[in-house]
Amino acid sequence: MITTQRSATGGGGLQSPRSPSSQPPYLTVSVTDPAKMGNGVQAYISYKVITKTNFPDYQGPEKIVIRRYTDFVWLRDRLFEKYKGIFIPPLPEKSTVEKFRFSAEFIEMRRQALDTFVNRIAMHHELQQSEDLRTFLQADELTMERARSQDTGIFKRKPSDLMQIFRDVQSKVSDVVLGKEKPVEETNPEYEKLKRYIFELEDHLAEAQKHAYRLAHHLLMNFEEPLKDYVRAVQSIKGTIAERANAFRQQVELAETIKLKEIDLNKFRLTRSEKMSEAEHEYEELKADGEEATKRFETIVRLMNEEIVRFQDQKTQDMGLAFHEFAKGQARLANGIADAWRSLLPKLEALSSS
Amino acid sequence: MMVYEDEAFQEAHLYASREEMESLALHDDGNTNKSSTFNGSANGRDDNEHHYSLPSPVTVAETTTNEDGGPLELLSSPHGNRNSFNSFLEPPSYADAMFRSFDGDHGKQINGLGVVSTSAQSTSSDYLEISVTHPRKEHGVANSRVSGVNTYVTYLITTWTNLPEFNDTFSVRRRFSDVVTLSDRLLDSYRGFFLPMRPDKGVVESQVMQKQKFVEQRRIAVEMYLRNLAAHPVIRRSEELRVFLQVQGKLPLVKTADVASRVLDGAVKLPKQLFRESVIDPSEVVHPARGKDLLRIFKEMRQSVTYGWGGTKTPLMEEDKEFMEKRMKLQDFELQLTNVSQQAESLVKAQQDIGESMGRLGLAFVKLTKFETEEAVFNSQKVRARDMRSVVTSAVKASRLYRELNAQTIKHLEKLHDYLGAMLAVNSAHSDRSNALLTVQTLESEVSTLNSRIEKLEAVAFKVFGGDRSRIQKIEELKEAMRVTDGAKDCAVREYKRIKENNKSELERLDKERRDDFFGMLKGFVINQAGYAEKMASAWETTANATSGYAQICSSKWDV
Repeated sequence: MITTQRSATGGGGLQSPRSPSSQPPYLTVSVTDPAKMGNGVQAYISYKVITKTNFPDYQGPEKIVIRRYTDFVWLRDRLFEKYKGIFIPPLPEKSTVEKFRFSAEFIEMRRQALDTFVNRIAMHHELQQSEDLRTFLQADELTMERARSQDTGIFKRKPSDLMQIFRDVQSKVSDVVLGKEKPVEETNPEYEKLKRYIFELEDHLAEAQKHAYRLAHHLLMNFEEPLKDYVRAVQSIKGTIAERANAFRQQVELAETIKLKEIDLNKFRLTRSEKMSEAEHEYEELKADGEEATKRFETIVRLMNEEIVRFQDQKTQDMGLAFHEFAKGQARLANGIADAWRSLLPKLEALSSS
Repeated sequence: MMVYEDEAFQEAHLYASREEMESLALHDDGNTNKSSTFNGSANGRDDNEHHYSLPSPVTVAETTTNEDGGPLELLSSPHGNRNSFNSFLEPPSYADAMFRSFDGDHGKQINGLGVVSTSAQSTSSDYLEISVTHPRKEHGVANSRVSGVNTYVTYLITTWTNLPEFNDTFSVRRRFSDVVTLSDRLLDSYRGFFLPMRPDKGVVESQVMQKQKFVEQRRIAVEMYLRNLAAHPVIRRSEELRVFLQVQGKLPLVKTADVASRVLDGAVKLPKQLFRESVIDPSEVVHPARGKDLLRIFKEMRQSVTYGWGGTKTPLMEEDKEFMEKRMKLQDFELQLTNVSQQAESLVKAQQDIGESMGRLGLAFVKLTKFETEEAVFNSQKVRARDMRSVVTSAVKASRLYRELNAQTIKHLEKLHDYLGAMLAVNSAHSDRSNALLTVQTLESEVSTLNSRIEKLEAVAFKVFGGDRSRIQKIEELKEAMRVTDGAKDCAVREYKRIKENNKSELERLDKERRDDFFGMLKGFVINQAGYAEKMASAWETTANATSGYAQICSSKWDV
């Protein structure tokens, strides 16, 4: 059971001034001990997730839970929904090949990727405050399973969200009907540049990854994984870009609707129609929605701007390390080979002179 | 090293604009002087000749920006550097010097030069160098066989030598049929020797072979063949070779010394030749039966069926056991050679694959680097681009090193190929021996037959009193025939013994050279692999050092 202890300052504050500990807040997670569970078609791998933290809302200092891949997917989906504008760390892909699914190599690679995934979330100043993260890290298996089965993607939406979906569909249809081919898009040159950059980057990385894959076959070096991670990160950004586009469109459409409503309202005011009060009420509601939509959009924009800086920094670090490891590995391998060959020479000498 | 890194990066940029890494194939030197005498028919087999050769030897800018100069030459051949007419001249290998000091740096001195096969060199500084150049179309006058004018190609054959029986330097023009003649005559005169295989005659019509390409291939093949002959300690002193190389004008070697064949041209009956008329020297009987010696061939075939191949109890066979043992060993050797040769092929292919993959990876990163640099909005991107550049440099370097390594590997392992060819020569020499033996046995059998006929006639003549002049004459004739045949048999025996001697000495030579050659090859190969691995290690170490800052920040996540 989760025991939620609200800090004295309320809310999800990280630092309680009354906290006696002089330790800075930390949250580290490790994903370990993959174990095969179940049989046959339903078999899966479970992982031990160990959380070490002094966060106030968490059971500390250490808590261990058992999680499987779909739990991680749940977490990612929840974060993606809640934290629009933030680049959610990517997950490793599901394996499509049955045979490969339980190979030691694959399991280890996945474990590492999952470990990285959770840690990136834990280190992100906004995401680490997520309730869903806390659920993921702390809840018992039953609660987790319940949460997981409840949220099967879009069907979890609140009624107002449902309305939004209808409106989305409506506007799309009207777009088509009215012959509007292009969806409404931002006209921000910097942002355009960023979008282009992201899409092109993905292509370049995919190519590099392809060749790293082929090389891995020969040289047993895993340079492919960091590149794959990079690609996934870029794809995650694309998801955020899509979200931003959605938010923008909603905002624009609401603004249009509000304008139309305003015209109607003024008409009613002039004619002193009995529909006026209802129209006023609706108008106010719409205006509130509009403000919310604008705020949502602006939040996304702000977050994205911060995120892109963080992304670039982080990628430079990640890739720098990956390059270093790769180069080190190559050098080590080559030296090993050279030594092996050199060791043969004295033997050859001995034989040839005998 | 910064200069070089930029260079390599620019080099990589060259490729970036070209898209296809395949165009970076190395300038393959397909033709080197071989230090061993046992050069097989590598050039003879039309299309399967160089199993190991890289697909498209195309020169590219690579050689001009190449820091190392040419590919590294470890198995230095005794003649290689002096032959300036070698059209496949290797770029000057100061890389050679580099590699030696490279060895020195590691404190591992392996007699400086790699290993040179010592046996092939003559003890003094005799040399006989040959080059084949300048193919030229000629028009021939109609001869008795072909009506009208025919065109053919001649090649300029230039020789440098300090051997006494030659002039210093001289040239002559020869056509391919002259080479065939030379080869045939040598096969005749040097039966039992392990003779290099001459280039193939035929052209496969179905192949679309441009005349130029074909001529070029043939030129190379002829050159290799002549050089192989020149490398053989006995053949190089042969009169036939000298005549071929030196005598101007029409080649004064007749196609074959086989009198029996020539006589058949004139439709003279062979049996008379063989048994009754002493017109021909019995020693000429001992030449191998050629295509037109139908009767002789039949006789020998019958003989072989009677005795079975090589399985006979005549006194001439007492050395056979030893010979048979040696033969089995050689067959075993041939099998192992084939095996290793296949594995060598796999190795070469694998090395090629790695080199290509590495190169493509480098290219992909070149594009990425360019992209990040152009689109850089943040400083972190510039830093990343810089890191990537370091990786590119090393990857491109490694890729090039793999290609060079592969070229060298091919050269080293070509020795295997040579020996496979040499096995053919060995088999051919053994056939000479078998054929000679067969001739001996055939003649012996003839003698024996004649003898019994004589005895029979004499027995009858005894009984008949007087007056049987025709029979007595017959006996005389038979006795004469027997005498001639016996003489021929003695010749044949002498020839057989000569061939056996040749076989034996050649086998000894082969054994010794093989030992030296293979050790040389192995050492060269091993040093090569080690050296290139070290170079690659050093290239990657540079990158590892350049990116070492990241290692301190976080522990490795991606180690498998």
